Amino acid sequence: MTSLPESPCTKKLGLVIDLDICVGCHACAVNCKEWNASGHSAPMTDWNPYSGTEKRAGEDAGAWGIWFNRVHTFEVGEGADSRTVHFPRSCLHCETPACVTVCPTGASYKREEDGIVLVNSETCIGCKLCSWACPYGAREYDHSDGVMKKCTLCIDRIYNENLDEADRVPACVSTCPAGARHFGDLGDPSSEVSTLVKDRSGYDLMPELDYKPTNKYLPPRPKRDGNGEDGQPPLLATLAHEGQSNNDPTTEGVTGAMLRWVDIMLSR
Amino acid sequence: MNPAFSVIFFTSSSGAGYGLLVFAGLLTAMGAFPEGSHVIVCAVGLAMILITVGLLSSTAHLGRPERAWRALSQWRSSWLSHEGVLAIVTFLPTGLFFLGQFSLEQPLLRWLGWGPITAIMALLTVYSTGQIYASLKTIRQWCTIHVVPGYILIGLLGGGLVMSFIGSIFALPTDEVYWAIVLLAIVTGILKWDYWRNIDSGTASTTTNTATGLGTQNDRIRLLDAPTTSQNFVMREMGFRIARRHARKLRQISITTLFLIPTLGALCAPLIDSQISMIAITTMSLVSGSVGTVVERWLFFAEAKHVVTLYYGSEAA
Ligand code: SF4
Ligand code: SF4
Ligand code: SF4
Repeated sequence: MTSLPESPCTKKLGLVIDLDICVGCHACAVNCKEWNASGHSAPMTDWNPYSGTEKRAGEDAGAWGIWFNRVHTFEVGEGADSRTVHFPRSCLHCETPACVTVCPTGASYKREEDGIVLVNSETCIGCKLCSWACPYGAREYDHSDGVMKKCTLCIDRIYNENLDEADRVPACVSTCPAGARHFGDLGDPSSEVSTLVKDRSGYDLMPELDYKPTNKYLPPRPKRDGNGEDGQPPLLATLAHEGQSNNDPTTEGVTGAMLRWVDIMLSR
Repeated sequence: MNPAFSVIFFTSSSGAGYGLLVFAGLLTAMGAFPEGSHVIVCAVGLAMILITVGLLSSTAHLGRPERAWRALSQWRSSWLSHEGVLAIVTFLPTGLFFLGQFSLEQPLLRWLGWGPITAIMALLTVYSTGQIYASLKTIRQWCTIHVVPGYILIGLLGGGLVMSFIGSIFALPTDEVYWAIVLLAIVTGILKWDYWRNIDSGTASTTTNTATGLGTQNDRIRLLDAPTTSQNFVMREMGFRIARRHARKLRQISITTLFLIPTLGALCAPLIDSQISMIAITTMSLVSGSVGTVVERWLFFAEAKHVVTLYYGSEAA
């Protein structure tokens, strides 16, 4: 069925992404590719992987391939007030996604039981209309298979009984070294993810389009001012001061000589 | 949006085919031609060829053409599916209408209703083609009230031009067709002009602010690092954008070839006695109109900007 589930899904599995914490390391994107290259929608084909080898002229725009999760980096604001925000972007498993309703074959569907949006690669005809209907660029087309592919919310991990309970989370969530990604049921107001969204004012991307994304983003926390006199944040200034009195370079012995040397080198 | 040649060709060719069916259906119902007239036989036959070739070419756009039949399955929810189903169902009255021109003895085939039914089905099919684009909220230049009437009117205009060409070949020109062309060209020209004015001046409600949720309305948000150093599928498919000055030139070309020349042709043709000159004029109008339709369709894609480009460095969609 390419129509949306008749009653809105009560269980809404999804991700909460903390833009305050994300360090832009791309580990989530890489592990997403790693897991899914042999997962539900495998393979995640790459073309021209070594670049410069494509035969037809104009085709070589470098190596390219399918990724379900991509990390963008934005700069917000101007000058001293600007800040860099790393912004991972994957399927948001929307509640009213046009990517599903435009599909002529029923290959794109939203699961009633948990709200996950999937593509059936056995019935997809590769018309690409769903990728036009998705505002978030979550769908990527596989030229080799002739079908559309997208984030599966790691459906083959989160329900996988062969994995330890602790590992039944999406690959991107389990790999994030900074803990910026959270997985859970956003339909349950008492779940950890829902609480996080409430406490941190989690928000929707492009709310005006009314796709009602399940995934939420947590905004970067406000920038802290209040630096010390010498421009250092207060804590660092104290540490620097303490450091100076404890490790006075005039101290005798080998350590003293080394510290003196370090002091000279650093003062150049 | 990346202009896919197969889709441009499909909508242009099938659009004209359906327009031609509307003309054939209505002219027969109005009694402009006797039953079994060569003009109608040719028109309906040619329309079926234009439609079939167009539909076949549209399957070239698919990753899995052998599964194309599956596109009929979601007839309840998807405009693309509506289009497919209507296109196939329309072959039924069209076929009966066509056969009716030969078997004048057969009461079922002789029924005068087949022409108008064919015309209505043809209009519905083009209507759903337009709706495929007009229903996409992700593309401001498509999600306008101009798009569906644009598809229908340009289809009708193309059909009229083919009809006038066939009429001149058989030396059976009809004033109704010429007047219809003039009217259609003027109305469609105004519609397209308003469309272009609209997309040029309109502001998008979706911005980098709403796309990322970052900053306040006045904050500039710049893409510092794209997620890939090359061009991925989304950038190739949705990122295509034509330079403004090329767009302006191509708009002029399409206005001239699609609206001005056919209008002049349709105004001049009835004043001419010699059949050869008449054929020359209708041929010129037809060729010009076809070029104009393809240019218009190409622009329709090239000028369309998808909101996803906001994530890839464009500042407005
Ligand atoms: S993010 Fe895109 S692909 Fe995912 S559900 Fe929403 S519209 Fe569909
Ligand atoms: S590409 Fe596949 S999943 Fe997407 S709309 Fe077409 S048939 Fe459906
Ligand atoms: S949930 Fe799984 S498929 Fe989706 S972005 Fe994360 S790792 Fe990739």
